[in-house]
Amino acid sequence: MLSVTTATTQLSDRQIRDILRSVRRIAVVGASTNWKRPSFFVMKYLSQKGYQMLPVNPRVAGQTLLGETVQAKLADVGPVDMVEVFRRGEEAPAIAEDAVRCGAKVLWLQIGVASEEARDIAERNGLQVVMNRCPKIEYSRLWGELGWQGINTGVISSQRRHR
Amino acid sequence: MKKPLHPQYGFETLAIHAGTPPEATTGARSFPIYQTTSYVFEDADHAASLFNLQTPGFIYSRLTNPTVAALEERLATLEGGRGATCTASGHSSEVLALFALMSPGKEVIVANKLYGGSINLMGKSFQKFDWKAIFVEATDPDAFRQAVTENTRAIFVESLANPGGVVIDLEAIAKVAQEAGVPLIVDNTMATPALCRPIEWGADLVTHSTTKFLSGQGNAVGGVVIDAGTFPWLGNEKFPSLSQPATEYNGITFAETFGNDLAYTLYSHAVSLRDLGATMSPFHAWLTINGVETLALRMERHCQNAQQVAEFLQGHPQVDWVSYAGLPDNSFHQLASKYLEGGAGSVFTFGVKGGYEAGVKLVESVELHSHVANIGDTRSLIIHPASTTHRQLTDEQRVAAGAGPEVIRLSVGLERVEDIINDLDQAFQQLQQ
Repeated sequence: MLSVTTATTQLSDRQIRDILRSVRRIAVVGASTNWKRPSFFVMKYLSQKGYQMLPVNPRVAGQTLLGETVQAKLADVGPVDMVEVFRRGEEAPAIAEDAVRCGAKVLWLQIGVASEEARDIAERNGLQVVMNRCPKIEYSRLWGELGWQGINTGVISSQRRHR
Repeated sequence: MKKPLHPQYGFETLAIHAGTPPEATTGARSFPIYQTTSYVFEDADHAASLFNLQTPGFIYSRLTNPTVAALEERLATLEGGRGATCTASGHSSEVLALFALMSPGKEVIVANKLYGGSINLMGKSFQKFDWKAIFVEATDPDAFRQAVTENTRAIFVESLANPGGVVIDLEAIAKVAQEAGVPLIVDNTMATPALCRPIEWGADLVTHSTTKFLSGQGNAVGGVVIDAGTFPWLGNEKFPSLSQPATEYNGITFAETFGNDLAYTLYSHAVSLRDLGATMSPFHAWLTINGVETLALRMERHCQNAQQVAEFLQGHPQVDWVSYAGLPDNSFHQLASKYLEGGAGSVFTFGVKGGYEAGVKLVESVELHSHVANIGDTRSLIIHPASTTHRQLTDEQRVAAGAGPEVIRLSVGLERVEDIINDLDQAFQQLQQ
């Protein structure tokens, strides 16, 4: 899942923190019902943090995943704040167009997923784009939990942490 | 090759701040000692998520503890690594570093210039696991290359070898490890990240006895393994612990589920510490967190004092030789200039005229120096390795490790340097009586 080594977007920690503070409904395109898959880990973790995680996957449409019905396509999910993409980069441009139609404010491409074309589509339509990062890792990094496992978070601050 | 440790902050700042933000509930500015064995689950689902490794959090302090984790993050940051795992001692850091990599019948190529205890551990005790330590000449990168076989799983060296002041050519040996497709493990205890950061030279894993310069005041035993986060574990058949499904965690594959960069550190907590149980105590972690804050300052003075003591000894009629890489005529001076920023450390050896007897008498004649089996203290320390730390080795091993009968090891402390030198001088005078 880390085979793609394209540069990550140059968003600052503050920008990513602002994104994670502002969004609530997150569509997950490529959501897996197999609990060992990274997409399941992400959904499980972020739903525990209070986000509404809305799964999209045509192969398991109609099944229930972490309390939500899996939809066949993004258009069926309804309005969302953010679209998280667990599909290959080639599929990202079409998902970006759907994300625009859903009214999403953020297009987030998972670690290992990169597409400059998808970025162009999203940014032209006023969306913020995060690429080649994992929202679970970023959330746990910026709010201190990743450090609980001995991981270098890069976060240096003498301010008290607030959600 | 060298990238900054942090996009904004320098080493001294990171040594004080990394891993230790204000405590969220109370705002306590000094990082708390979480002296607890266990942690209350929010509910059954939270407990399940923790045991499935789906969410970061605390279960039991054998695996993770907030104070220990704060030190881990700080040390990972200072070494330029992705993650770290603290251990009960420096010795257990060596076992833990290899635990994810080795299995019966596999080999680790080991430099022959090591702390005597490590030679014993790897040469003898590893045989009980059927792990094979292949010792090679530490100063010859080609010797490492020639020792590589299909069973090699790691290469282990000390950056600045204890006790003899031998500086290892890290870049050359990292190349051998890379060609062999195995991680290079570098013990960086004697140099510390203030002087040398092995990951910048190609190391994949870094170990420390945190007991020494990191804690710095001779009061807390501990160790750490730091992962650079860059070794390709994913799909790598040589390292099934990380690249194959873990049955006890319902078949997750660490390198896939957590990514290459986090896999080793998460495995080290969730499996290696879980099973070996060689956990650092929260109190030792707290002492070490405080010690590390002054690391850069202390190492600067340690090196200055050591340089002056080495120069004094080099000019002394009762001294045969001085093995300190900070001396311009030392054979490791060039490597020290390349790999050690700001000094050659403060632990080194010299040969006293009169052999074994003179060595024993000298350590009994000092007044200010402490005769102890430790290094990296604020206090100046002295030892005669042949009769102590290296006593359990054969004569040949002792000489190979730089611990022959006439050898004295110093760990030069932070006292006023004239006082350190005067103490050694009066001890030499007693030898003549």
